[in-house]
Amino acid sequence: MIAARPAAAPPLLEVRDLHTVFALEEGAVRAVDGVSFALERGRVLGLVGESGCGKTMTALSLMRLVPPPGRIVDGQVRLEGRDLLRLPEREMRAVRGAGLGMIFQEPMTSLNPVFTVGSQIAEAIRLHRRVSRRAAWARAVELLDEVGIPEPQRRAREYPHRLSGGMRQRVMIAIAISCEPQVLIADEPTTALDVTIQAEILDLLRTLRERHGMAVVLITHDLGVVAEQADEVAIMYAGRIVEHASVLDVFEHPLHPYTQALLRSMPSLGSERRRRLEAIPGQVPDLLHLLSGCHFRDRCPKAIGACAEQDPPLEEKERQHAAACIRV
Amino acid sequence: MISLAPLVEVRDVHKHFPIGSGLFGRGRARVHAVEGVSLAICAGETLGLVGESGCGKSTLGRLMLRLLEPTSGDVLFDGRSLLTLAPRELRAMRRQMQIIFQDPYGSLNPRMRVASIVGEGLDIHRLGTRRERRARVAELLELVGLPPDAAGRYPHEFSGGQRQRIGIARALAVGPRFIVADEAVSALDVSIQAQILNLLQDLQRRLGLTLLFIAHDLRVVEHMSDRVAIMYLGRIVECGPRAEIYRNPRHPYTRTLLSAVPVPDPRRRKLRMALGGDVPSPVNPPPGCALGMPWRCAGVRLRLSRPGAAAMRSPVTSFRRRACRRPTARRCDGWQR
Repeated sequence: MIAARPAAAPPLLEVRDLHTVFALEEGAVRAVDGVSFALERGRVLGLVGESGCGKTMTALSLMRLVPPPGRIVDGQVRLEGRDLLRLPEREMRAVRGAGLGMIFQEPMTSLNPVFTVGSQIAEAIRLHRRVSRRAAWARAVELLDEVGIPEPQRRAREYPHRLSGGMRQRVMIAIAISCEPQVLIADEPTTALDVTIQAEILDLLRTLRERHGMAVVLITHDLGVVAEQADEVAIMYAGRIVEHASVLDVFEHPLHPYTQALLRSMPSLGSERRRRLEAIPGQVPDLLHLLSGCHFRDRCPKAIGACAEQDPPLEEKERQHAAACIRV
Repeated sequence: MISLAPLVEVRDVHKHFPIGSGLFGRGRARVHAVEGVSLAICAGETLGLVGESGCGKSTLGRLMLRLLEPTSGDVLFDGRSLLTLAPRELRAMRRQMQIIFQDPYGSLNPRMRVASIVGEGLDIHRLGTRRERRARVAELLELVGLPPDAAGRYPHEFSGGQRQRIGIARALAVGPRFIVADEAVSALDVSIQAQILNLLQDLQRRLGLTLLFIAHDLRVVEHMSDRVAIMYLGRIVECGPRAEIYRNPRHPYTRTLLSAVPVPDPRRRKLRMALGGDVPSPVNPPPGCALGMPWRCAGVRLRLSRPGAAAMRSPVTSFRRRACRRPTARRCDGWQR
């Protein structure tokens, strides 16, 4: 980066009105339904929601890795101003890795069982950089060391099944950061792990972010993880972002009824027993049979007739605090 | 009401599983899944059992129901040893103890209608006439908050939370006094999890159930339990009243677990203690410290999740010393105040 950037530089990552649709026999599922957000360098965005709310599909859409029959039908994903959705696949391949890196939820299944972990990291490096095998291998060992794997020389020559879940997730992180991406997308990186291992992985992600200045999109359903790690939070429900604000605002002053209900429904350490949890009535929505207007209105304590009439837009209700609800 | 008499008790139970099928089944290695656990649960009480994956908590739950045979030790229900019961007596005893499983998708037979799933226990124990059974199933569905027409439908027609309600109705059908809830809410979304936790608490109060609540989520366990047992590598490392364990954890492992739980409060981003390395394998567990955590204890150190708090480093050394020389598990045999 030699050229000075213009004063009004575009954000590092900007997503505008992203739509991803799955055309199923039963009908079209709008998995990502008009998602927009921007993310600056070095910041962590927590993308939060329950199963099926579209958070993973949002991530896969950013990477242009939506599985068929899913298709990105509209929107823009701009990385430093360049729209990734318009790139030819060849160029996109270069963006994956150096532009956007991704860690998946399942460290057990995301590694190839028949190659050593070192060779899998080296392969990722050689896909993006013209370096010798030997140099790639040396870099792989270095990366294993950086992600906190003891005896990296020896571990690099081992197969994934020899490693524990936490270690495999470290290997996945090593692969994701091998090409020093500008944005790291972490999709439920600790969900499959025990709580002590989760803490270590989260600490590792924090260290790496500080060291490399990456931006992170942290996808999770665990509000505790978000509170500890994120700078800002976007809450998703049925394919849409319903609230987006700084982490303090979301936790201390949530505006959307769904966010409020989600925070109240969660047991937290140090709470009084026998306090009843305030469960959200009803079921997690089925994207095939969504309600008109606000998708949350059938579970919402504040719903009124007008909620059925229009899709509530995500608007700035307070400074730097957006919510999609006509009752706010 | 919690009585002082134990309803369920295990005394020095061990469970070893042979692994790596040696020739003619003579396995050489053995997993020490449960290593000399003694624990009692009083009538009406909820005992929370927490630990990380592979610590033996599910195995212990199954031993309490004699769904598994212990390698040694004794399992008592209402003062009688389950191990010496004749098969017929044991089957009668099973009416009093039931289990709810983690996986609401895998634990229901997809080919059976909900009415048959819930009513199967009634058939097996030959309880009531056909009409009475049908009425009982309807009553159970209402009790767990399912619509009456659920009886004629199949499991795939329900969401995860509703399936877990079916699993609970099935467990309650035969009128048990003791229920093992094995990760009963772990697979559910937060909003649905709260529904099921509330349901379990309501049912426990209404029916006077005794509950062994197995989970890995410390927040959920604190919410549900009267007393909590922390399990590590097949042993109970600490056990005591809920408030004691959470406010004043004594065992280093308990402290580490608690400090690892993310707090949903962005103002309290905190220092965390990290254990070095992974959980040791329960196959040929490491010798040493009676509480079974020598490796990780040795590696206990404070990791600062935020810079600038290096001043906090000093208490660690004293903490570690205490941790390894003075392992303090609370006594676990019975209700303590």
